[in-house]
Amino acid sequence: MSVNLLKETGPREVFCGLTSIVWLHRRMPDAFFLVVGSRTCAHLIQSAAGVMIFAEPRFGTAILSERDLAGLADAQDELDRVSRELLERRPEIRTLFLVGSCPSEVIKLDLARAAERLNDELRGRVQVVNYSGSGIETTFTQGEDGALSALIPLMPSTDQRQLLMVGTLADAVEDRLIHLFGRIGIDSVCSLPPRQSTELPAVGPGTTVLLTQPYLTTTARLLRDRGARVLTAPFPLGAEGSRSWMEAAAKDFQINAEQVASVLDPLVARAQSALAPHREILNGKRIFLLPESQLELPLARFLQRECGMELVEVGTPYLNREQMAEELALLPEGTTVMEGQHVEKQLDRVRATQPDLVVCGMGLANPLEAEGIATKWSIELVFSPIHGIDQAGELAELFSRPLRRRELIRQALNPPSSAPIDSDPVHA
Amino acid sequence: MQLTLWTYEGPPHVGAMRIAASMEGVHYVLHSPQGDTYADLLFTMIERRDQRPPVTYTTFQARDLGGDTAELVKRHVREAVDRFQPDALLVGESCTAELIQDQAGALANSMGLSMPVVNLELPAYSKKENWGAAETFYQLIRTLLKDQAPAELTHDPKAWQHQGRRPRVNLLGPSLLGFRCRDDVLEIQRLLSMHGIDVGVVAPLGATVADVHRLPEADLNVCLYPEIAESSCAWLERSFGIPFTSTVPIGIGATQDFLVEVHNLLGMTPPSPQAGIRQSRLPWYSESVDSTYLTGKRVFIFGDGTHALAAARICKDELGFEVVGLGTYSREMARPVRAAAKAMGLEALISDDYLEVEAAMAAASPELVLGTQMERHSAKRLGLPCAVISTPMHVQDVPARNSPQMGWEGANVIFDSWVHPLMMGLEEHLIGMFRHDFEFVDGHQSHLGHAGGSGAVAETEVAVSTLKDELVWTADGEAELKKIPFFVRGKVRRNTETFAKSTGRNQIDSETLYDAKAHFSA
Repeated sequence: MSVNLLKETGPREVFCGLTSIVWLHRRMPDAFFLVVGSRTCAHLIQSAAGVMIFAEPRFGTAILSERDLAGLADAQDELDRVSRELLERRPEIRTLFLVGSCPSEVIKLDLARAAERLNDELRGRVQVVNYSGSGIETTFTQGEDGALSALIPLMPSTDQRQLLMVGTLADAVEDRLIHLFGRIGIDSVCSLPPRQSTELPAVGPGTTVLLTQPYLTTTARLLRDRGARVLTAPFPLGAEGSRSWMEAAAKDFQINAEQVASVLDPLVARAQSALAPHREILNGKRIFLLPESQLELPLARFLQRECGMELVEVGTPYLNREQMAEELALLPEGTTVMEGQHVEKQLDRVRATQPDLVVCGMGLANPLEAEGIATKWSIELVFSPIHGIDQAGELAELFSRPLRRRELIRQALNPPSSAPIDSDPVHA
Repeated sequence: MQLTLWTYEGPPHVGAMRIAASMEGVHYVLHSPQGDTYADLLFTMIERRDQRPPVTYTTFQARDLGGDTAELVKRHVREAVDRFQPDALLVGESCTAELIQDQAGALANSMGLSMPVVNLELPAYSKKENWGAAETFYQLIRTLLKDQAPAELTHDPKAWQHQGRRPRVNLLGPSLLGFRCRDDVLEIQRLLSMHGIDVGVVAPLGATVADVHRLPEADLNVCLYPEIAESSCAWLERSFGIPFTSTVPIGIGATQDFLVEVHNLLGMTPPSPQAGIRQSRLPWYSESVDSTYLTGKRVFIFGDGTHALAAARICKDELGFEVVGLGTYSREMARPVRAAAKAMGLEALISDDYLEVEAAMAAASPELVLGTQMERHSAKRLGLPCAVISTPMHVQDVPARNSPQMGWEGANVIFDSWVHPLMMGLEEHLIGMFRHDFEFVDGHQSHLGHAGGSGAVAETEVAVSTLKDELVWTADGEAELKKIPFFVRGKVRRNTETFAKSTGRNQIDSETLYDAKAHFSA
């Protein structure tokens, strides 16, 4: 391996796994995510999502009180009561996710038991599953890994030959990918998570899994346990990555390379012309990616290879070397890949290296902007439709826009320091 | 266990962060798991701060729990002290750390640090953000000043008169993530300086540790935001004999009362009401003929205690509105809000469940809502105009322009921002005249089309609810209702239904509509 792999520990500046509820609940509108936690959990999700627009959001928090902690109330009974109250009010809900948090994990509240009991009670009407999104165990996108893992036991079995795309995609992107796989010659394509929580795809020995997101380690393992073959490929970000990703599936389905090329070549050519104006802005610019979403490696690969950016440091909260092998191989010799975080030391390095663009969390963006360093929010990358060859231009635009904007307003907002008074014609 | 879909206040440690981030030279070590760092974005995104809040999170993980988390705390305290060299250190725990009982504050106290250390114990499972802010501010002041407290209370707020200087007051309570604090401070400084009163220390906003040490030098403390500063003001009174004000200067009446209170406490002659009140344009704007149309507008008020109370007084006494609902999410302020509501013949709504607030809002059928950003959304769903008067903060509540709530200029800002969402007098008059013109007929709503759309949604909901009560609109009644401009139709429908029920009718035809009209305009 040619990259320079480093590890760091210390204070982190990352979201916890609960944050992934923000996109999961949009993907499955018939599911409800009930966090069993504290006021902090409730405040975190609403702050991260800016959720005041919803009349009745499809997520909420069962806030533990002192009575629950002191054992005055049986937490299991309380959870039953809250779940019933919720489902009574929201009869359209078909799947209830009980989501563990830091406090519920620390007091060892058994959510699996609660899910089992509620499943018995609600048999047929609502399926209840559980997973942990706690900050002591999960970072940001790992919450989705937990949620999908919880669904796997509910997936029916099949021997049918099929392709399963795993990881939340924007609906339009999903449709497009299914359409393209069809043109290549793969007709049976399904997705996890599905658009309706009750329409879970089947899985079995005939299933080939393509991960759309790099953070689904446990999900991949559980799918393997169900007999599926999980491909390793570059992730479908950028034209090159998306192409390799689709080719990996085509190869597994033994579709001849010419057929694949005839579909994908024109798309790649079109993506390259979409990329061109952004490449002009990004080429030669230096980027520093702080760890948060685990998308950092594929993004770095795309930005370096397709946009000509120089990688100062690529942070990632965790590194699954096996799943990331192809991505690591595509990074230039000697790239610094930093697993884990010491946020203060990392910011020292940002200041020392003065990159042109920093990918970071929302808490850090404005302070860096105020220091004169352009930023891109990492959370935007998990919300935006960025997957696939057709999206390569849009993905590049997310990075070129901050730089373009700075150029647009720089001169007016930062005029050159005023000329000496004696050369000022008004005062002369 | 309580089901919460959305919360008005964050946990108490976010309150502590507000104090630390408001001040200079204060650092906060927060024993907490990763994820709790989300709170940084409240400051850097919502308040648009150009620097990170001065907080070091220990970000412990599950694997740390088996080991020595106490050592982890100490390591982060040491690193934070070395790196940031604060003048005072706050040490506390978030909800999860409270459960593992490392006693982070006590640990830090035992480390022999050179700066004062404040051990914060903020019970995360029973208290909330504003309480946490007040407690942190109080603990910090107490830790820094307790050794300075005199054995005997000899403080005389009138002492300035013999010392050949102007009177001096502290402004206590303004903080980050507080509603318009930045602008209120400027406005109150200006107001006091017009009356020859100096401001000594403003805290916590912008205060240093040295400033806190100077607090006892003031003649009087001004408690601008009781939610944050009342406990600190009370302690300063107990320990140093410094009195504090109890009037919050929001609205012209309260601003005048505030000036009288300050002058009396300082032994000065209070200004005359006439001279003062006319400094604001609110009185004339409220007296001018256009505002006749504001008379009796039904207003629903919900917010933090301070701003809800102020809004109720302004609406009733200064704008001639009718307050039809009053409530707060601040349990600490429940008592005064209940009393104010009772004085208006209402029962106060004390709740932190926004759905309960929305239901109360709908039931009160107001014409204007004054609330938080959440009530703004609820009001939108109900097709009601709304102005925001209180936290929780939204990026829109930190405007680029100067936009205080307090003092004379604050009253001007309030007049504009509460009255503009309403139909102005001239507009309402013209609409009355031209309502039969084709522009107001459905389908020809021109640029007002969107308002018509949301109004229509609210109407449908009302219609459904009336079915349950077995009130039926006849075709003739519906046709008459359709002739009424869409933006007042919802109100007319509700009024007519109320009238029909009160007179025992179960069917509404065009005659009922006219009867109701006569009844309500009588």
